[in-house]
Amino acid sequence: MNRLQQLFQHKKKDILSIYYTAGYPALDSTLKIAQALQEAGADFLEIGFPYSDPVADGPVIQASSKQALDQGMTLHLLFEQLKDLRKTVTIPILLMGYVNPVLQFGVANFCKACAEVGVDGCIIPDLPMYEYEELYKDEFEKNGLSNIFLVTPQTSEERIRKIDGLSNAFIYLLSSSATTGKNLDVSTSATTYFSRIKAMELKNPLMIGFGISDRKTFDSANEYASGAIIGSAFVKCLAKGDVQMQVKDFMKEFRP
Amino acid sequence: MMNYFVDERGYYGDFGGAYIPEMLYPNVEELRQEYLKILNEESFQQEFRALLKDYVGRPSPLYLANRLSQKYGANIFLKREDLNHTGAHKINNTIGQILLAERLGKKRIIAETGAGQHGVATATVCALRGLECVVYMGEVDIQRQAPNVARMKMLGAKVVPATSGSKTLKDATNEAMRDWINNPVDTHYIIGSVVGPHPYPDMVATFQSVISEETKKQLLEQTGSDLPAYVLACVGGGSNAMGMFYHFINDESVKLIAVEAAGKGVDSGFSAATTYLGKEGVLHGSRSILMQTLDGQVVEPHSVSAGLDYPGIGPQHAHLFKTGRGQYVSITDDESLQAGLLLTQLEGIIPAIESAHALAYLEKMQFKGGENVVVCLSGRGDKDMETYMKYFNL
Repeated sequence: MNRLQQLFQHKKKDILSIYYTAGYPALDSTLKIAQALQEAGADFLEIGFPYSDPVADGPVIQASSKQALDQGMTLHLLFEQLKDLRKTVTIPILLMGYVNPVLQFGVANFCKACAEVGVDGCIIPDLPMYEYEELYKDEFEKNGLSNIFLVTPQTSEERIRKIDGLSNAFIYLLSSSATTGKNLDVSTSATTYFSRIKAMELKNPLMIGFGISDRKTFDSANEYASGAIIGSAFVKCLAKGDVQMQVKDFMKEFRP
Repeated sequence: MMNYFVDERGYYGDFGGAYIPEMLYPNVEELRQEYLKILNEESFQQEFRALLKDYVGRPSPLYLANRLSQKYGANIFLKREDLNHTGAHKINNTIGQILLAERLGKKRIIAETGAGQHGVATATVCALRGLECVVYMGEVDIQRQAPNVARMKMLGAKVVPATSGSKTLKDATNEAMRDWINNPVDTHYIIGSVVGPHPYPDMVATFQSVISEETKKQLLEQTGSDLPAYVLACVGGGSNAMGMFYHFINDESVKLIAVEAAGKGVDSGFSAATTYLGKEGVLHGSRSILMQTLDGQVVEPHSVSAGLDYPGIGPQHAHLFKTGRGQYVSITDDESLQAGLLLTQLEGIIPAIESAHALAYLEKMQFKGGENVVVCLSGRGDKDMETYMKYFNL
């Protein structure tokens, strides 16, 4: 059982996950941010490896990805930066990014490198489910990696069941069909959708992401899921200056 | 025999598929389930054929270019897609897709455009059918293709500049995909080339295949044989080339030549010669060949021609390239502009700079004499006058 699976076993509510882009705001911020977020009470982290053409991302994460790439971020460098991750960081870590850099790195090499540095799983939104299932699932499992799938309000029940069967940590529930960085509109349609998924009684816990930016949206996500994931709102605040200070400041609202 | 067409899983050999985030899955899945059914409906075919004939002006002529033929010592036929309504082959696809979108009950149309030809073709069919239209276009392309921007606006489309990355076609495509993610229910995305997740490459190729369907008939009438020795077309994403190749692909005696944009030279760092510079990977939802770094980051391409300024090619092209069925070559900015001038002076036809890339390759071919050669003249050059004027000091 990896760290992520352990977390969901003992914690059922109020789980807070933070996404940030590796190599942003400075090339060597990656590990420092992980340490600071752990200290400030984040339950697990999603470290984004940047891609030149992030179609699922809004302006904030696009800009952080571009800056990271301009500064020289690569997947090879990320694994180098995470070499000593487990000396200081004990909370679960996911890597999140697009499929092409993983294909160029080589899927088997990628899984092996993840296991070596102590990464617990991945979110690769444009990796098709059939390809994961047929080609990569064994490789992921052999290296103790959980593959996380996304679900949107438009995902069919049949497909959600299939995703539930393939998942072994949690299911990433998108608050709406949107690129990252939009505000969560806790409208009737969103709550109807959250309730519908909750009523399906899936075997995997749910985490709500996309549009979670403050205590209010975090709390409303918690009503329907084990917790929530914050991305753009955190990445935006990193632009403001000293990383340690920004992390502390940002996390106060969620972990007073 | 090798299968050069799409299989039931949406692949062409090693290429194709649908590499899309979950947010796009329902849209793409709906299309995948419906497109063949709709395309095969008799009412769809009737409406499509009628609009191609009466609105687009098809069949487009197959013209034996006499003076060009004399110069090269072969019978050079030009497939005159430049004479279509809106001035390029792009409208064959947008007519097909707008009829499809209507049958899917969509109310809003989005598109990406490079040279602006696909944007104009999309804005045109939206005006024709009374649908809302939003076109994403790279900021750089908006600058160099001003007349097409004005045409789109006059046709009632909203033109949104793509300001990320290289600010060209690839980035406009990203923006259109983001729009579709954010508007999943009422919007249809009319992709302009044989790229994107399955079923787009197959769907767009099917709509463009009218080019080679007509060419075969016309060749038979004019030469007594429906099979030429060579077929040439330029390739950015590759829609005119796929339309031009489509009905010749299984005729192995016909050599298929796809001409990519070498830009300032294939090794200059300013090029869009994808098969020469690229490697296998995923871009815009399909496995294909693309220009990328070792880390898998997409490299920004360069071509004088906005329509060829794209770092990938469609998956079917990647398959034709890898299997050797197609020959993929490249032509520089300079060579293409010279070829554009040559056609203008020998035949009185000003070609789009995209199409001029295909023409320029004639210069590099060895003919025994008397072979029949078809070149797809995919678009007219009006939109490129500013580039021609600057280059030739006109």
